[in-house]
Amino acid sequence: MRYRSRSYAVFTVTNTIFLALLGLLCILPLIHVLAVSFSSRAAATANIVNFWPVGFTADAYSNTLGNHDFLRAMWIGVERTVLSTIVSMAVVTMAAYSLSKSSIRFPGRQLYTWIFVFTMLFSGGLIPGYIVVSKLHMIDTMWALILPGAVSVWNMILMLNFFRSLPPELEEAALIDGAGHLRVLWSVYLPVSLPSIATLSLFCMVGSWNSWFDGMIYISKPSGYPLATFLHSMIVSDNLSRVGVSADQVQNFSSRTVKDSQIFIGALPILLVYPFLQKYFVKGIVLGSVKS
Amino acid sequence: MASYWRKTWPFHLLLLPALVLVIIFAYIPLFGAAIAFEDYQPWLGIKGSPWVGFEHFRTIFEYPDSKQVIINTLIIASLKLVFNLVIPVIFALLLNEVVNTYFKRVVQTLVYLPHFLSWVILGGILIDLLSTEGGIVNRFLNVLGMKSIFFLGDGQWFRFTVIVSDIWKEFGFSAIIFLATLVGIDPSLYEAAEIDGATRWQQVVNITLPLILPIVIVVATLSLGRVLDGGQDQILNLYNPLVYSHGDILDTFVYREGLMSGKFSFGTAVGLFKSAVGFIMILISYRLAYKLANYRIF
Repeated sequence: MRYRSRSYAVFTVTNTIFLALLGLLCILPLIHVLAVSFSSRAAATANIVNFWPVGFTADAYSNTLGNHDFLRAMWIGVERTVLSTIVSMAVVTMAAYSLSKSSIRFPGRQLYTWIFVFTMLFSGGLIPGYIVVSKLHMIDTMWALILPGAVSVWNMILMLNFFRSLPPELEEAALIDGAGHLRVLWSVYLPVSLPSIATLSLFCMVGSWNSWFDGMIYISKPSGYPLATFLHSMIVSDNLSRVGVSADQVQNFSSRTVKDSQIFIGALPILLVYPFLQKYFVKGIVLGSVKS
Repeated sequence: MASYWRKTWPFHLLLLPALVLVIIFAYIPLFGAAIAFEDYQPWLGIKGSPWVGFEHFRTIFEYPDSKQVIINTLIIASLKLVFNLVIPVIFALLLNEVVNTYFKRVVQTLVYLPHFLSWVILGGILIDLLSTEGGIVNRFLNVLGMKSIFFLGDGQWFRFTVIVSDIWKEFGFSAIIFLATLVGIDPSLYEAAEIDGATRWQQVVNITLPLILPIVIVVATLSLGRVLDGGQDQILNLYNPLVYSHGDILDTFVYREGLMSGKFSFGTAVGLFKSAVGFIMILISYRLAYKLANYRIF
């Protein structure tokens, strides 16, 4: 038995209760929203719903899933997430392969690394970025949501570190057998890196599913919004009406149950991938942030 | 030279797509930031617009709004920096005292979750929760006999809400790095201390704290670079005209004044000012982290 003392026993009990409450505090808000979304409209308006639906009904969901604007935004969101993940992972993996070589094998590696890292430290800012995208005539196209953020230097560093941890014999054997580097990357490195690639892809997916600001600035028509941007515009307009901005300025204002069902559907993909994600990210974070 | 290319061309080729994207979307905007020194007119272009030197930068400090914006940014960002360091450390220490691994894992799973949900989702949830017309938090306060609080419509409370909700979202995730360090501490140190008769509290003070101190210092110094980051993503999802005076930060100011009202040059100047301060702070903090804890990024 560790630390046998009375005061430590008291501490253990208090600590356990405190941590349990803290854990609950992190999901109760979500549960409340879920409960409201499954409650009857009357119960939601009367403010009697806590953490369990009152007057259970799935009306809000059938309303949301019958809403064409919502479905279109969801489809754009899915499309954007899939394309962004593919483009970003392809570009980042290829670059990471080259950067993982030693400076002797690939002189120039250092310079390239700094070119990428510098973009993490300093940026021209929102408006010059916007001007570039608009000069390229990418406003209102899917490309504006995919290309500007495709090079994730953070993912590149994680991937590069992973490639470096592979035994060099793997590559040497393949090179001796006459394979070129493109071949080595494709048929030797990629198959053994699948766990890492899966993890980074999940991060990419979560990132692009969640991102809304680029949709807000690069897409001018609400009919082209991905789901996250659509939800943002809905939430903000709803918030405006609550603080007293006149109701007729506010469009697509919908009832609380419907709004909460939309919020929940927006969070659902994350809640679904979260268990898979959680297995890996601890390793990723520790690898990426501390190196001795 | 020719043999250099013969040996390394596949590496350059593989880097090419990433390089092209970075040049277009990171380096060209960097040069595009020149419009901060011009009176940029979209129809004249960067080359055709007249140069005005540092005028827009002077405006930043003379404009009454922008002083308030800088103050807001500093208050919100620095309080976030402090609490987002202290609370995860305390949480990691408390969780480390738990012996039951199953309970530990459940708590971890729950507290990491908010980090992965976007501010759009959490903003929607918070607006619902904190509403003065029967939001669950205010109903709870009423039950306790307190008056309803206008969390998102009153300036002071708005700042409070922004900071607390940010801590709520991130404390679990920020604790990961400290938890990993705590797990790595050699258990024989504690055994030896116990044989010497040290209480658990003495063990924490004399073994645990000194051993996680270096990583706390690294995280603290590296976060200095974000001293002007109030969290645009969060604030754009929570704020409304009632709290612009207390809730506007540099990023949201650039978005509203620069992009929405079309003052491209002024907005860029504000953005560049923020970027430059951030860059200097990052350089200083990396220096400090290297000196204090021998930390290097590469």
